[in-house]
Amino acid sequence: MAQVFPRSANTLARVSLFCVVAGPLAILLTGSAITRSGFNTKVDVPLDQPVPFSHEHHVNELGIDCRYCHTSVTKSSFAGIPPTYTCMSCHSQIWTNSPLLKPVRDSLATGEPLQWVRVNKLPDFVYFDHSIHINRGINCNVCHGPVHRMQLTYKGKPFFMSFCVNCHRNPEGYLRPREDVFNLYVKYQRGDISAEDRRMLDDPDYVPSPAQVAKGKQLVKEYGIKKAQLTDCWICHR
Amino acid sequence: MSSKNDTNITQRDVLQRLKDRLAGRKGPEYWRSLEELAGSPEFQRFVEDEFPNRSSLLEAMKMDRRSFLTLMGSSIALAGLAGCRFLPAEKIVPYVQAPEDLIPGVPVYYATAAVILGYGVGILVESHEGRPTKIEGNPGHPASLGSTDALVQATLLDLYDPERSQNVSKKGQAATWDAFFAEARKTLASLPAGGEGLRILTGTVTSPTLAAQISEVLRKYPAARWHQYEPAADHNARAGAVAAFGKPVQAIYHLDKAARVLTLDADFLGQPPSNIRYARDFAERRRVRRGATEMNRLYAVESTPGITGAMADHRWALRPGEIEAIARAIAAGIGVRMGADAHQATYPWVDAVARDLAAHHGASVVIPGAGQPPAVHALAYAMNQALGAVGSTVRFVEPVEATPVDHLASLKELVADMRAHRVRALLILGGNPVYTAPADLEFADALASVPFSVHLGRYDDETAATCLWHLAESHYLEAWSDVRAFDGTASIVQPLIQPLYSSRSAHEVLAGLLGDPIPGLEIVKNHWRAGFAGPDARFEDAWRKWLNDGVIPGTAAKPVTVPDAKVPAPTPVVADGYDVIFRPDPNLVDGTFANNAWLMELPRPLTKLTWDNAALMSPAMAVRLGLATREKAYVANNQVVELSYKGRKLKAPLFILPGHADNCVTLHLGWGRTRGGSVCAGKGVNAYSLQTSDAPDYGSGLQIAPTQDRYELVSTHYHSAIDMEGRHPVLWRTFDEYQRSGYAPVAGDEESTPSESMFRTPPEYANYDGYAWGMSIDLNVCIGCNACVVACQAENNIPVVGKDQVSRGREMYWIRIDRYYQGTTEADLENPVTFFEPVPCMQCELAPCEPVCPVGATTHSHEGLNQMVYNRCVGTRYCSNNCPYKVRRFNFYKFSAGQPNNAPGNYDNPTYKLMANPNVTVRGRGVMEKCTYCVQRINEARIKAKEQNRTIRDGEIQTACQQVCPTKAITFGNIHDAGAEVSRQKQEPAKFVLLGDLNTRPRTTYLAKFRNPNPEIGTEKSLE
Repeated sequence: MAQVFPRSANTLARVSLFCVVAGPLAILLTGSAITRSGFNTKVDVPLDQPVPFSHEHHVNELGIDCRYCHTSVTKSSFAGIPPTYTCMSCHSQIWTNSPLLKPVRDSLATGEPLQWVRVNKLPDFVYFDHSIHINRGINCNVCHGPVHRMQLTYKGKPFFMSFCVNCHRNPEGYLRPREDVFNLYVKYQRGDISAEDRRMLDDPDYVPSPAQVAKGKQLVKEYGIKKAQLTDCWICHR
Repeated sequence: MSSKNDTNITQRDVLQRLKDRLAGRKGPEYWRSLEELAGSPEFQRFVEDEFPNRSSLLEAMKMDRRSFLTLMGSSIALAGLAGCRFLPAEKIVPYVQAPEDLIPGVPVYYATAAVILGYGVGILVESHEGRPTKIEGNPGHPASLGSTDALVQATLLDLYDPERSQNVSKKGQAATWDAFFAEARKTLASLPAGGEGLRILTGTVTSPTLAAQISEVLRKYPAARWHQYEPAADHNARAGAVAAFGKPVQAIYHLDKAARVLTLDADFLGQPPSNIRYARDFAERRRVRRGATEMNRLYAVESTPGITGAMADHRWALRPGEIEAIARAIAAGIGVRMGADAHQATYPWVDAVARDLAAHHGASVVIPGAGQPPAVHALAYAMNQALGAVGSTVRFVEPVEATPVDHLASLKELVADMRAHRVRALLILGGNPVYTAPADLEFADALASVPFSVHLGRYDDETAATCLWHLAESHYLEAWSDVRAFDGTASIVQPLIQPLYSSRSAHEVLAGLLGDPIPGLEIVKNHWRAGFAGPDARFEDAWRKWLNDGVIPGTAAKPVTVPDAKVPAPTPVVADGYDVIFRPDPNLVDGTFANNAWLMELPRPLTKLTWDNAALMSPAMAVRLGLATREKAYVANNQVVELSYKGRKLKAPLFILPGHADNCVTLHLGWGRTRGGSVCAGKGVNAYSLQTSDAPDYGSGLQIAPTQDRYELVSTHYHSAIDMEGRHPVLWRTFDEYQRSGYAPVAGDEESTPSESMFRTPPEYANYDGYAWGMSIDLNVCIGCNACVVACQAENNIPVVGKDQVSRGREMYWIRIDRYYQGTTEADLENPVTFFEPVPCMQCELAPCEPVCPVGATTHSHEGLNQMVYNRCVGTRYCSNNCPYKVRRFNFYKFSAGQPNNAPGNYDNPTYKLMANPNVTVRGRGVMEKCTYCVQRINEARIKAKEQNRTIRDGEIQTACQQVCPTKAITFGNIHDAGAEVSRQKQEPAKFVLLGDLNTRPRTTYLAKFRNPNPEIGTEKSLE
């Protein structure tokens, strides 16, 4: 009687055994990798916008303060997206015929608002408040990446929960004097910025120096921050 | 434990069981329902069931184990995949031109006035980017003082009701406003000289602008007539004043000055539009703190149990026709001069009440009820004069109504004229007379003979269907108007949003008919400008101030001096057979709020009935009639009885209500609608179909016959029942006892000694030195009015679940009001002592729900909140099972996105979405939820305080239930702050903890109830 299993069956069995173990693992890892990749998170991926607005140009080259457009960032949970009128306060004078700005002019003429594609989005069950973060001296770029250098706006950080919680557990690294939030961009533009601050603004993988952490600890006291309470669920979810 | 033979118990069994229990009991016993008192197996099952509200789907589908496992397996597999999706692209749409002063994400508050039965209640409305999302009281308005009631809260849902009329229609066909105005003007022009045959029918009109407009119509068409009919208004007070003083003056009560109050069937704590103010004033004299030497005393005589009677220190349940005799007896006792035969009633307590009232000369008051005949009102006015109350506890003022007329006479006249074909054009401005007119008038039939009939209303209701034209009416939050409060104070009704649909206000319709179609704002503004006393240039400033303040100063009704009240001759008491009592429903009133799902589902204060009305009667009467002789005696509530009254018949389900007067049946109005929206249509029975115009409030000659039909009523009275196992759910003392004990702690060892705890010892963050949130609920001033329940619903996006789901115990309220009865004798069944106990999440420091959650979805915050994280919750429901207070609610369906039984509350509906509070998650299916102490408000205040480098001030955070409470029974604050009001309350000897011996250490505690009985009238039960 001939062999039921050919010799190659041994290999097949080994491969099968390997696949049983490695297959699900590979699927999990691949899934996880896709989830964390820019493909899903859209980090570093500029999105199509009605107008190719450049933060680099407006913030870094022209030196326009963040709050000129994002008017409610210090007062509200929502930073605010500028109304057409804000754009037109300059663009009724300069670049008045630029084809790139046609949607803005159309919006003014028709009264139909511009429709921007949201770049930074938190899930609906997360209640983030811009005003308190700005008020505690957290720089825009800590969460949004190097916005002042973005030719087209893209998401700077993936906003996984661990990202938020890391800072809520150890806020010292990012707490700054309140007035520093917007001044740093001016300093950056003028070039008289410290290496630490420049790294914080430019480097998406910025790790605070021990000196900054020491200053931050001081600020935790000054601001009266109760660190333990910062990671209570209902601080963000409700 | 449930007995073995519980499947087929008989009436005799239950009665026997009841008697055994009654015989065996010595001390006071608290119970929620007759089923509980009788120890009915249904009740025990509900209490002991691990998951009383679980689905019976498996049984219904007869699914076998295999298919169950197959389904479960695929569910688990697919559940993992459901989480895998790419983030959807989302648009941000900024303004073109941003409105001035609007900060996106920060709500703006506008002062306006809610219009309830024609009267105004001053409110502040929260607006998120132009969407009104929450109504709060206006502290500067005399009818509100910062609070509102359930009705005012629920008017928000009315605005967003997708079933509102949205356009003009003629004979049910869509039409246009232009077409209507063209035809209406042509019709008006074709009327004989002077507008002969033109009639206007309105409800109560207090709006100065509308009154002026109607006068203008009447000037232009001198032969036209204006009729008024408001079904649920206090017509008898007006008639009583005419009888007593010869003119329609209005009485305003000042309960903050009253040490002794006697109500003659008056529900002054529940009856709009003055209830909010009266409740506050009443509570001011009732609050008891350590060292208090005074507390008011309330005597209530009533037929239908209401919240006022439930608050009373002495309550007597009497047939409505017997109350006049009582009133006469008491009046005689306090020196009102009457005829010789006046002293009719011979109750032993009458003289004691009269003496007590007279002893508090100038600080006592008698309040007559809306359902009592004019003679009782006249008597009450005379009593108040004799008690020296006029000028202190009661004030007579000019009527607030623009033209006070006898509404019923006015309606009868209209019907007679319609029948005689003298009405050629009828303009119905608001209201639903086809439904609300007493049955004997046969209003619909008469209306059919009017060639040109127009109905302006918010719903395509019974009247809309009968009229030639139906016009969509604007909600008060979307149209300009003005209105006067019960005390006459005028407010401008300021809209917060453009009309959602093609609707107009009564002002705009009248202006259009008068040929001057200007917008509502101009109509109202022009009226006030014309009457403005100062120079024209100052008007704009004044106008802006009125809008900002929500009140127009100096507009309160002028006081009038009245002669000595004439006391009418006694009405002979007709007490043969049974009485039928018609009362406005506590939630739907006359049917105005019938399509409001919040109010539909809201359990009525005493019956706790939802989604239905019923024939209410006393237990003794039910037994006497043999209605309770069927099996399941005290669960006989689902039996249908046939009521025959004056030749008309109505079938209604029976509901036995302890404390109801004997020999009479109460029917609540506002139910049994045939049109007007899917929420109201077909719910309950229509009591108007028995009501007659000669006795609209009550009448004798009712016959009751049992039928074989059954109808399932749903009452929440034993839902979420706490298994008290002999503990006391509420604690109370008499005020006298409390004083004599030197303000000794009310809670005994039994309540306050924690037992061994299986929960972990206090966590290290028990030593947290930041804020520690706590709440104190003063049961002594809680009137059980339900305002907190609806306020919580509006603030926290709580859905409505529908009758079927409520019957399974799945109502979603984060705060509920438990109603307990006390009393163990047979007589107590007929008149039990009633307690209300609001129960939100206790926010236990050692919360039993937390350790049992397998996924850490409910955890403890440092500030002492028991946090519920929806996005972590997988719906095991262990937490709810382990909660001794039964405050956790589970989303069995995606209630927020469409009801299984097509009930409303559907937040996926585009209009409902506008209403949602953006600061609270709209919960999905399969997650647990519960009271959060309004954590969104805490966070907002915390952020604001931090930005201003200060700590949160005491009183800065008000939870939604606290803010709305008319009597300020709820206090919230930081218990680490010794000076905070909440901390002071927690130091009171009256403080007690619900299920304190469980050692859950709740942050929500209670203050005991006090009763202030008259020592001359019987002895009072108490805890000892």
